[in-house]
Order: sequence, then structure tokens, then C-alpha cells
Amino acid sequence: MTTLTPSLIGPELAALGDFDAQACMNCGICTAICPLSTDVLPRRLMRYAALGMAERVRQEEEAVFSCLLCRSCEENCPAGVHITENVRLLRRWLLEHPRRLN
Amino acid sequence: MALPTREVVGLLSDNLRMRGSVLPVPVRRATHWAREMGLPKGGDTVLYTGMMYQIVPYLERLGRLQARLGGSPLGPYLGLARVANRAVRGFGMRAVARPRPAERSEFEAVPANVARLLVQAGVVFGYLYEDDLYSGALTYDMGSDAVVAAHAQRVAAVLRSNHVRHVITIDPHTTTMLRSVFPRFVQPYDFDVRSYLEVLAERGLPAGHRPGTEAGSSGEVVVHDSCVYARYEGVVEAPRQLLTQAGLAVREPERAGRQTWCCGGPAESLYPAKAAAVASERVEQLRAAGTECVTMCPICLVNLRKAAKGSIAVRDISEYLMGARAETKAPV
Repeated sequence: MTTLTPSLIGPELAALGDFDAQACMNCGICTAICPLSTDVLPRRLMRYAALGMAERVRQEEEAVFSCLLCRSCEENCPAGVHITENVRLLRRWLLEHPRRLN
Repeated sequence: MALPTREVVGLLSDNLRMRGSVLPVPVRRATHWAREMGLPKGGDTVLYTGMMYQIVPYLERLGRLQARLGGSPLGPYLGLARVANRAVRGFGMRAVARPRPAERSEFEAVPANVARLLVQAGVVFGYLYEDDLYSGALTYDMGSDAVVAAHAQRVAAVLRSNHVRHVITIDPHTTTMLRSVFPRFVQPYDFDVRSYLEVLAERGLPAGHRPGTEAGSSGEVVVHDSCVYARYEGVVEAPRQLLTQAGLAVREPERAGRQTWCCGGPAESLYPAKAAAVASERVEQLRAAGTECVTMCPICLVNLRKAAKGSIAVRDISEYLMGARAETKAPV
């Protein structure tokens, strides 16, 4: 089951900076061009964040912190999404919102 | 197995907040070249190294240690090291991350080479010595914005107290931090920040100064653009212009300019295996274009050289612009 957390894309990420993953058109150019060649970076990660899938973002912590911030994706993004800054803000969110134990 | 992310980021942030640098670099050693050149302290224009070239041999040493720790049962105990590091200056890090003199000397020579190039071009500038602080680039990339915001205030205060208006940087990471990131945290931010490559390209190398082929070079170099210079700061033409003026034929790899391919270095501190894989792929692209590669970032230099394993020569652009290699060695 997937849990959506509306506050993730609302107040939590918006409070950290100019998070604009919602502008993503899901075309996949970013992932095709990513030097790390993973299926998560950066398109799926952007979708998880844009949909408010907080737990999925937490599960992909390694992808978030292994991103090179090289901006190759951003340079070729037809929607002009600030992908690198979004990843950096997700790092900040992960550091400030560690997983709570049930 | 990777190291615990929060502990690594926390340790680096603690050091920046408490000590003004992510790793303890001996300041007297790192600024020795400026004293030798008799550069004045501060002034309208300063050369600002951000200790980036000087810190890279320490980061590389730490990376090797992490690669060993990450796969060992000691990895989870990094939290204890962080607590100890807060209490004791440079706890263990100076000992475990201390590079050999031969590993340091090449990187410590770069600021001196850049200073000499600027003097030759007629630029009048000073230096900040112990106030030449690390830019906080690594901590910012990890998302520790609060720590970086405070550090940006500290750097801006240092620049103001030394009457600085123009800052000349020597690496892409310090350039983007001081030019594009700090203005978000410090207002007003009234400093003009430019890379030495931009300053030299505007002035041109002195007439008859064609040192490129004197540096033990074949005369042809493949340019590896830094992602940060090319895509963050738009610095693409300046290095090519300078290399051509230095008498070198510039060759372009498969991915060049704003479409450059990363060296893998930014993943080094947390995921060294991923960094090595990206670097190896880039080395193949560079090797297809020539036998000598020129870099303009200390992180690119160390990562590509490590991945190349001697299959291609990898050198910093300042070395080509300075000419004879024998003149580039700093005192050890």
C-alpha cells in the first residue's frame, strides 16, 4: 500500500526552498542521461516527491545522497525543472525529518 | 555497505560550524606560498582559494579510510567518532586523514601557480592568509543549509573587514559558492566574484607566452569541463581560449562544454564505488579523444587520475598555463 503525505509537497518541502518537481512532465530524459544510470534518479524520485510519497522518498535515501548534482539532467530538461536543487532540498528534508519508529 | 549518511554529513557540518573547515588543514602550510610571494593581507582585490585544492588530498585520504570502514563492523560506530570530534579539535581526523607530502605538494602548488599567472597578467591583488576560509561547498551539497548560512555570514564579514570588493577564485566549487550561493544567505552581498580563468581570458596571456608545449606535453590536450564551471557558472570558453593561447591544440571529448560528463567525485565521500564507476566511464570518453587530459577542478583531477590508472595523463590547467613542470613544485 502506498501512503500519500500531502504535507510533504505542501508545507514541508515548500518551506525549505523553491521545490518545483510538480513541473515535471515525466518524459524521462533526465534518467536517460544520468551518469549514475539508476532507475530511480531522478525521474521516479521527482514523481515520489511531487505526489507526496514520503515513505518512498525515505526508502530511496541512498539514491538521494548518491546524486552527483552534476546538472546534466537539468541542462536537458524540457520543462526547466530545477532538478538538482530539488534533490538538494530532499537531502535537507531527509536530514531534518528522520524516520520515526512505530 | 555505505557509511551512515547522517553521521558523515553531521561530522562534516560540525567541523564547518566549529572550525570553519570540513577537515583540519594546517593553515600555515597551506598559506606558505603567499608569504613567500610577499602578498599583502586583504585589499580591494584578493585571491581566494577557499582551501579547495589544499583540502583535496585530505578528502582523498579520508575517502580511502571510508572505503575500508564502510565494509567493516566499525562503520556503525561513526556516531561515537562524531561525538568525540565535537569535544576534541580534529579528533583522530588529522592523524587518519593526513596525506603524504608528495600527495599534498601538487595540490598546494596550484594556488602559487595561479598567483604567478595573475602577477604576469598585471593583476594587483592581496591574500587573506588565515582568513582564506573553506567555502562550505561539501556541506551545502549535503543539504546542511543552516550551517552554510552561518558560514556565509562569517566569510562575508571577513571580506568586509579586509576591505575586499573583488574576489578571484581558483576552483569551480568556491566560485559557485561565493558567486551564486552566498548571495542567498547574505544581504546585501556586494562582492564581485570571478574565476582566475575568466580574469586571465579577459586580459589574455602575455604576448609570446606559449608555455603549453614546454610542460612535457605532446601539444594536444583533451578538455574535461567541470560540471560546476560549465553548467552552474557558464565558464566554458575561457579555459579553451587560454589553452590555445598557451600554444596547445584543444581536443573535445564525446561530452564537452555544457554537456560535460561528471568525474564522479561528488559521490566519493558517501559512495566511493559509484564515484569510481562514473569516473571510469569518463576516462574512456577522454581516452578516445587523446592521451593528455586537462582538468580545472581539484575533485575532477584526483578522481579522473585515480580512474585512469596511468592510461592517460591528467593535469590541472594551471600547470599547462605555467609551463615547465619543475617550476610548479611548492616547498614540502
